[in-house]
Amino acid sequence: MGGWKGIWVFIEQDDGVIEESSLEVLSRARVLAEERGEEVTAVLLGEAVAGEAAKLGRHGAHRVILVEDPILKYYTSDPYSRIMARLIEERRPDSLILSATRNGRDLAGRLAVKFRTGLIAHVVSLDYDDEGLLMGKVPGFGGNIMAVVKCVKGRPQMATVTPGIFDIKEFEGEAVVEKVDSGLDPEQVKTRVVDREIKELIDISKSERVVIAGMGTGGRMELVNQLAELIGADIGVTRPLADMGLAPRDIQVGSTGVILKGSLAIVLGASGAPHFVSGIKDMGTVISINKDPEAPIYEYSDHYFVGDIFEILPLLLKKLREG
Amino acid sequence: MGLRNIIVTMKVVPKIEELEFDPETKTIKRGAAGNEINPADKNALELALRIKDRYGGRVIVVSMGPPFWEPYLKLAIAMGADDAILVSDRALAGSDTLPTTLTLSKAIEKIGDYDIILCGEESSDGGTGQVPSGIAEWLDIPHVTFISDVMDVSDDKKAKVKRTIKGGHEVVEVTLPFLAAVELGCNTPRFPDFRRKRWAEREFQLTVWSAADLGLSPDEVGLKGSATTVVDLEEVKPPTRLKKKYTGSAEELADKLAELLKSIM
Repeated sequence: MGGWKGIWVFIEQDDGVIEESSLEVLSRARVLAEERGEEVTAVLLGEAVAGEAAKLGRHGAHRVILVEDPILKYYTSDPYSRIMARLIEERRPDSLILSATRNGRDLAGRLAVKFRTGLIAHVVSLDYDDEGLLMGKVPGFGGNIMAVVKCVKGRPQMATVTPGIFDIKEFEGEAVVEKVDSGLDPEQVKTRVVDREIKELIDISKSERVVIAGMGTGGRMELVNQLAELIGADIGVTRPLADMGLAPRDIQVGSTGVILKGSLAIVLGASGAPHFVSGIKDMGTVISINKDPEAPIYEYSDHYFVGDIFEILPLLLKKLREG
Repeated sequence: MGLRNIIVTMKVVPKIEELEFDPETKTIKRGAAGNEINPADKNALELALRIKDRYGGRVIVVSMGPPFWEPYLKLAIAMGADDAILVSDRALAGSDTLPTTLTLSKAIEKIGDYDIILCGEESSDGGTGQVPSGIAEWLDIPHVTFISDVMDVSDDKKAKVKRTIKGGHEVVEVTLPFLAAVELGCNTPRFPDFRRKRWAEREFQLTVWSAADLGLSPDEVGLKGSATTVVDLEEVKPPTRLKKKYTGSAEELADKLAELLKSIM
């Protein structure tokens, strides 16, 4: 299609802090752009983020479009989608790729309709075919199946990428930063953040060791926490525990949550639902404890202990403490 | 103040744990699996009913799917929805996000007179969560995703909604009419009242609209109207694991596990 050129990556930030998975997407986009002889443009919206914009070249951006406005301090759909839509209309990128975070998905769904274009959501791989069509693999039906999906209509071609799939890479050279006015009239903004409450969270997609609590723990986390602390692990949960509000979604392991990439997973009382096991398939070693000798999780375990977690864990903790 | 319509989008999904994939034919065997209302959509309906209890309005459920979804829409009526509409047309089969959001937005426009539209955050079978913000764009109204509550609706046509974010939540002020995507598990959907359930099953008349009723041409919907295409399906093979099984007393198991942990860490 005439005039639609280059790969854009939406760089998410929150109060000036760059979302790491945006840099993963940026690094992948740079590799793809080099194969195609195109340029990567990082698009960064925020309140006062010029310092961060300057660093984006290191992770793959040839160019940075920087929009600064106090309203953009936190992501909200209305101002962000309006500015992005205007930039896309004016500059016509061939592709727009976002991280599939809450905010990335929020923005992508809206922009894809705005431009009547194809959006491949939550991909775990990203490539172009020989005709230059964006192509990604999307886990379906709980992760049992991978659908290979292409954008066949509209520009920009769009995709959201599952966080933790690609590595952040270092590149030579500096990006050219171009500052663009937000053009926002504060009176016209229809969504705004008026209050927030956040705690520091550990990003378990980067954790070497993770202890994962399933339904078999009944959400009682004391022993789980103690084990994690003893072996220097972080904590994850299965989807039902997050569904029940016993843990934040940010530490939910699986195809709709976090894909783990570390060396050791200890899975406590999880049956092994398809959407869960796709989150531990890349872990070096998987150890499970489960009451059921034949739970599906057995197939996904290196070491499978048949027994009651509440009997085994206290004894295990004692032994580990004794050295 | 009295709210205008509160519209809830709803989908019926197969129970994932009962689905099987046939690697030979590369198709999903849906036959064996039971169906249910998409769990997050039930949370959206529950939230809609709570908003109605506080601020008034009519709760209307709208769905796009095959005729066999009728009993599930009647279940929504039994839970307390005032009306339900099923958009059903063979021409809609194979629709991706673009025609799906177009069709639902046309149905919502036809219902009209709305203040709030609630969707489940994502469907448990497709699971991409791109439909809600897409509908909002077609309707040209603001949206907020991943909300767990509508905390306040004020007379000046603004609402405060609680949105889940990384590590916590925020309160977003949004102008009416708006669309919100409701988080799975944020509330406990009510059980249908027995009498209302019987009434819904026997007396309630479901409204069914075709694509033509919404002014949609066959080119705009289904596979033709879609902007993405699935070119292949691959079965995901489980990674090769050692699959060593250990049984014995808790003491023996704890011993073995402690040894194992020491050896690999």
